Amino acid sequence: MPTTFILNGRPVTVQADPNSPLLWAIRDELNLKGTKFGCGKAACGACTLHVDGKAVRSCSYAVKFAEGKSITTIEGLSQEGKIHPVQQAWMEEIVPQCGYCQPGFMMATAAMLAEIPDPTDEDIDRNIVNVCRCATYYRMRKAIHRAAEISNTPS
Amino acid sequence: MTSQTSMRHRFLLTTFFLILSLGLGLAFAESLPEGISSPPQQAARLTSDDPFTTMMQVLTHKRCVNCHPNGDRPRQGEDSHYHNFNVQRGPDDHGVAGLQCSTCHQAENNDYAGVPGAPEWSLAPLEMYWEGLSRVEIARSMMDPARNGGRNLEETVKHLTEHKLVLWAWEPGVDAAGRPREVPPVPLEEYIQAVKAWAAAGAVIPES
Repeated sequence: MPTTFILNGRPVTVQADPNSPLLWAIRDELNLKGTKFGCGKAACGACTLHVDGKAVRSCSYAVKFAEGKSITTIEGLSQEGKIHPVQQAWMEEIVPQCGYCQPGFMMATAAMLAEIPDPTDEDIDRNIVNVCRCATYYRMRKAIHRAAEISNTPS
Repeated sequence: MTSQTSMRHRFLLTTFFLILSLGLGLAFAESLPEGISSPPQQAARLTSDDPFTTMMQVLTHKRCVNCHPNGDRPRQGEDSHYHNFNVQRGPDDHGVAGLQCSTCHQAENNDYAGVPGAPEWSLAPLEMYWEGLSRVEIARSMMDPARNGGRNLEETVKHLTEHKLVLWAWEPGVDAAGRPREVPPVPLEEYIQAVKAWAAAGAVIPES
């Protein structure tokens, strides 16, 4: 049964089994490889994307739940050719090491900043709980504060 | 020590404890207030198949109490450990901005990932905490409008017997290792009958 949803602003229809993870429909059927497979158990956060603006771990999110919803992946984070503050901050702080988990972190951070524009360290600890095997947490924390600064600075 | 001596010692010890327990029993009986010759009747009447007992066997089970925590962190698992990943209650009992309950928990179990799910997945509000309470304290909390979301008895019974998140306890799916989660010790239909029977009989909460 086909499932239709908005992906990065455009309507798409996938033929994937409605019970299969959205992650695989996006990576294999829609060929967007930015969203990563990590643990497959909603534990590491590498597969994080947005569903109607909220962070969701797509490895444990069945395709059928996406019907009619708006999905944003790391490829759709920048809007109208303008890089997202999180992406800008990640580059400025040279956050990634191997980089594999970073899209998930960036999507989780973007979801947090949408509701907590100026997060404290405690906010970051509570909201951003993804896993990075390279342990880039220290640089990510700096980048998150920097992203908030960029977001809150009038352009 | 010979076996004969050992037997003698055991006999003397047994006799000593027997006399001690009789003495303590008499002492407590003598100290009971006038007019009370035994423990409260309601407590004494309760048996393992009493509707209240049956109901509370479910409501004190981890499938219920894990999401009625005494604090801002949910519990999870058969050992009721704090929810992994520093999961927090958040402002509306649905998690924090970047880590909502729905970040992982959807409207149904995901047995491929071992992530449980049911409609309206959330924590019970803090005033409805059950963790650390006795069954009587849970029942009192459950019947207190200030701590039960303003529900009357009918609404409480409806929540206990019809809310899909409550009924999820009997279909909790499997964990991340594929092991089935433990269900409450009372079958669903028996539990529903017990809740209704308890409510119909006046929703009496025993002393203990």
